Amino acid sequence: MQITALGDSALIVRLRDRFEDAPDETLNEILRTFRRLQEAAIPGVIELAPAYTTVAVFFDPLRMINDGAKPDGVIELLVQRIGEVLAGGRRRHKRGATHTAEIPVCYDLEFAMDLKRVAHHAQISPSEVVDLHRGAEYRVNCIGFTPGFPYLTGLPDKLATPRHTVPRKEIPAGSVAIGGAQAGIYPQKSPGGWNVIGRTPLRLFDPQRDPPALLQTGDQMRFRKITREEFESLNG
Amino acid sequence: MNVTVIRAGFLTTVQDLGRTGHRQFGVSSGGALDLHAMRIANLLVGNDETAAGLEITQRDVRLRFEDERIISWCGGVYKASVALRSIPAGHSTLVSAGDELSISGPQQGCRGWLAISGGIAVVPVLGSRSTDLRGNFGGLGGRALRDGDIVPLGKNSERTNVWIDNLRAERIAQWSAPQPWSQTATANPVLRVVRGAEWNGFNDVTLQRFASEAFAVSPDSDRMGVRLAGPELRRTDDVAEPGEAGQLFQERLRATSSELNRKSWTTQPIEPIGCPSGGKRLDLVSEAVAPGTIQVPPSGMPILLLGDCQTIGGYPKIAQVITVDLSVAAQLCAGDHVRFSEVSIADAHGLLLQRERELERFRIGLSLHDS
Repeated sequence: MQITALGDSALIVRLRDRFEDAPDETLNEILRTFRRLQEAAIPGVIELAPAYTTVAVFFDPLRMINDGAKPDGVIELLVQRIGEVLAGGRRRHKRGATHTAEIPVCYDLEFAMDLKRVAHHAQISPSEVVDLHRGAEYRVNCIGFTPGFPYLTGLPDKLATPRHTVPRKEIPAGSVAIGGAQAGIYPQKSPGGWNVIGRTPLRLFDPQRDPPALLQTGDQMRFRKITREEFESLNG
Repeated sequence: MNVTVIRAGFLTTVQDLGRTGHRQFGVSSGGALDLHAMRIANLLVGNDETAAGLEITQRDVRLRFEDERIISWCGGVYKASVALRSIPAGHSTLVSAGDELSISGPQQGCRGWLAISGGIAVVPVLGSRSTDLRGNFGGLGGRALRDGDIVPLGKNSERTNVWIDNLRAERIAQWSAPQPWSQTATANPVLRVVRGAEWNGFNDVTLQRFASEAFAVSPDSDRMGVRLAGPELRRTDDVAEPGEAGQLFQERLRATSSELNRKSWTTQPIEPIGCPSGGKRLDLVSEAVAPGTIQVPPSGMPILLLGDCQTIGGYPKIAQVITVDLSVAAQLCAGDHVRFSEVSIADAHGLLLQRERELERFRIGLSLHDS
């Protein structure tokens, strides 16, 4: 474990150097660390942000000083506290009943601007792309880019397709896409460089919902093919 | 009661002190890009520091009030006036029903923060009234203000009501905020930074240049970040040809800086790499970034992130602007030149503590006007 500063109000706890060597194991370790730090509720810590190999710890230096930290020793104190929390007895965290979320996707060409490009790159037919895509199990590694955007592992190797060198100015909300070896879903209309192969009618991010993101780091999921009619009825 | 937007200007948004606790869902902290200025402006109108106000970007804004309010603004070098009477930055000012406030400029800097007593009374979303322009939520319908918008205001506080009575004659209060807090734009600022996580990954020449040379601010900057052009920043393990991307960037900067084309004031956010496959030399696994982070994309031209930045990024982080200097960073506009100077994290905390103590004295000073 290595702890580095992200400015004067956050630390990054790095648990591993690489992610892709052991994605599941790394992700589980990140989630364990995230939950432990969350439960420890270290005074002065205001939020935590997990990502791949790290958990960022955002804190309020003024509150820590108010609580007795020496003004020139805030970082040392926080590093020590984090160390204590993570070194503590290896309590068993029950991994909440892992359910597999199902995301309905309409792969009609009207929504799938890049389906042919992905098929061409993989040298298979578009319908084979769809079958491979919906046949795989995915896991959410990280949420970022835009609110609720899930970065997914589990994409069949054959479907890995480079990003567009010139990103599109606008990708519609709900677009299901492939960027390199990763899969993802655009929760909002936004610019983007990934290959769009379908669209989900579900709202990936709703600020009125708690939690606001439909998918969260660590979740498992798969894609289910739906027709244009089902898309419309679910979209209502 | 409301305030009517006669002219919304270039980009005027409802902002407060931003959101916490939602980074894990990819939600930026957002809020006023100069949180301190927003707090000061709020204090000057008798609001809670967490009340929502307006962030004005670049050009002219015109508002009409329906009832008596105290207003105050801080930020760049703007000209503000009500009924032809000019209102200096950092002063509590009484406005009456029918009064029009016009804010024009700026001659220096690019943003201003306006507090109105009672605060902007939009419904909080995820714990904040701030507008999230990428997520399209918060503020007024998740968007920037438009001409003709009717913006709801909350009730004046008891303190504000006392001040209103006291200000009927003079209109503009004698008291004011310290000038460095209310006028934050400087011509060629030096921003203090602490080392970023990948500091040691940059070569010696780069580190020397970063600490000594000036960087020009590109017009291609917005609430997410400030793009900078200057000496190319290269990592030790980077053997790429001296960047074509960097040259293109320089050319674009030259092409636009003469006319300060403000229409192009928008960056295109790109998905962070996430997790690179195949171990490309310059791609890092994405991890948290924050307002103040200076990241260096392969072009070698750094980007200084501001309040609406993405929650994660995959570019190496050379340095991070300290919290107290984010107020100055929020005023960087095309054509400005900025330098960086390294301080320790303990220094950064010391400066923050000092400002907070001064703020506490300022609060006490304001309370003397309550009777």
